[in-house]
Amino acid sequence: MKKNQVSMLLLLLGCVCLGAGWLRGENGVILAKAIRICLECVGIG
Amino acid sequence: MDREKKSERKRLTIQLLWTLLTNAFVVGFARGSIYQGKLKSICVPGLNCYSCPGAIASCPIGAMQAVLGSYEFRLPLFVTGFLILVGTICGRFVCGFLCPFGLVQDLLYRIPFPKKWHTFPGDRLLRYLKFLVLAVFVVALPLLVTDLIGQGYPWFCKLICPSGTLMGGIPLIGLNDSLKESIGLLFAWKMGLLIFLCLVGVVLCRPFCRYLCPLGAIYGLLQQASFYRLSVDQDACISCGQCARVCPMACEPTKRPNDMECIRCGRCKAACPTEAIDLGFSKQKKNSRP
Ligand code: SF4
Ligand code: SF4
Ligand code: SF4
Repeated sequence: MKKNQVSMLLLLLGCVCLGAGWLRGENGVILAKAIRICLECVGIG
Repeated sequence: MDREKKSERKRLTIQLLWTLLTNAFVVGFARGSIYQGKLKSICVPGLNCYSCPGAIASCPIGAMQAVLGSYEFRLPLFVTGFLILVGTICGRFVCGFLCPFGLVQDLLYRIPFPKKWHTFPGDRLLRYLKFLVLAVFVVALPLLVTDLIGQGYPWFCKLICPSGTLMGGIPLIGLNDSLKESIGLLFAWKMGLLIFLCLVGVVLCRPFCRYLCPLGAIYGLLQQASFYRLSVDQDACISCGQCARVCPMACEPTKRPNDMECIRCGRCKAACPTEAIDLGFSKQKKNSRP
């Protein structure tokens, strides 16, 4: 398989994963984590 | 101004503008709080801590650990898709231009020091460490070490991430007395690691990117497939070695133009006396090494 074809396949895979994650609501988990001060990031949790 | 200086100045300007744009919630710095808007459900491409008071979107590595550790989802499809897309389009261009912690390390390396290290024996081998960090601290531990309700923790953020300490920890603890009272051994460890990396970063360019960053590891894996590429015109190249000498990541663009360690900074391109190096989305020329 040519390099360009691999890249196109990866693009497609990226879009499918991104869309599937969005549809099943993963972004809710990300939002919930990111809008509260994360004690692990800060270094106290 | 010579071409190399001009190209570095342009890159620094883009890095600064991007960092300001993605950390534009200035109110957070004044109040010691963080942004809580909907934009935080999506990610930025670089290692930009979502606990930075100014951050307007999420860190992909933090987001990945959050989903891996959540009992309802586990498999982080959204973030994985996002990283595959970004990596396939531009690879480690993100590291060279769109990552605040990359910018911090670039600034540290500009501090004058009598002897700077370009590379050292074992440097290449040590760079595989970041894949171990990715596998263990970002994926395995958040997935496998869970509490009673099946919730995992972001172990990379907790034990390693110096970007979190710098962008989230220092400003938030500095601005909140209640957080200040809670600091202990863990904070001391994370501060120690940050200070150590900053000190090494004055002598050696980007130690965290070279050896520890899991995001750099992911983009590095996708570099070969990325549409944004570096190529060397073998007819024009006079093998003077100038490109390798100026490379901050100690790459050899004539031998491996799409090395997973190349951050696409463009210094080699600007330094080449015969303009044999091309960097961009353009189609590959004849006689060029891809
Ligand atoms: S601590 Fe590091 S990995 Fe975690 S969210 Fe912050 S920047 Fe991202
Ligand atoms: S390797 Fe990591 S910290 Fe370094 S520039 Fe890339 S994403 Fe940022
Ligand atoms: S090979 Fe060129 S573009 Fe890549 S990191 Fe080195 S100097 Fe920058």
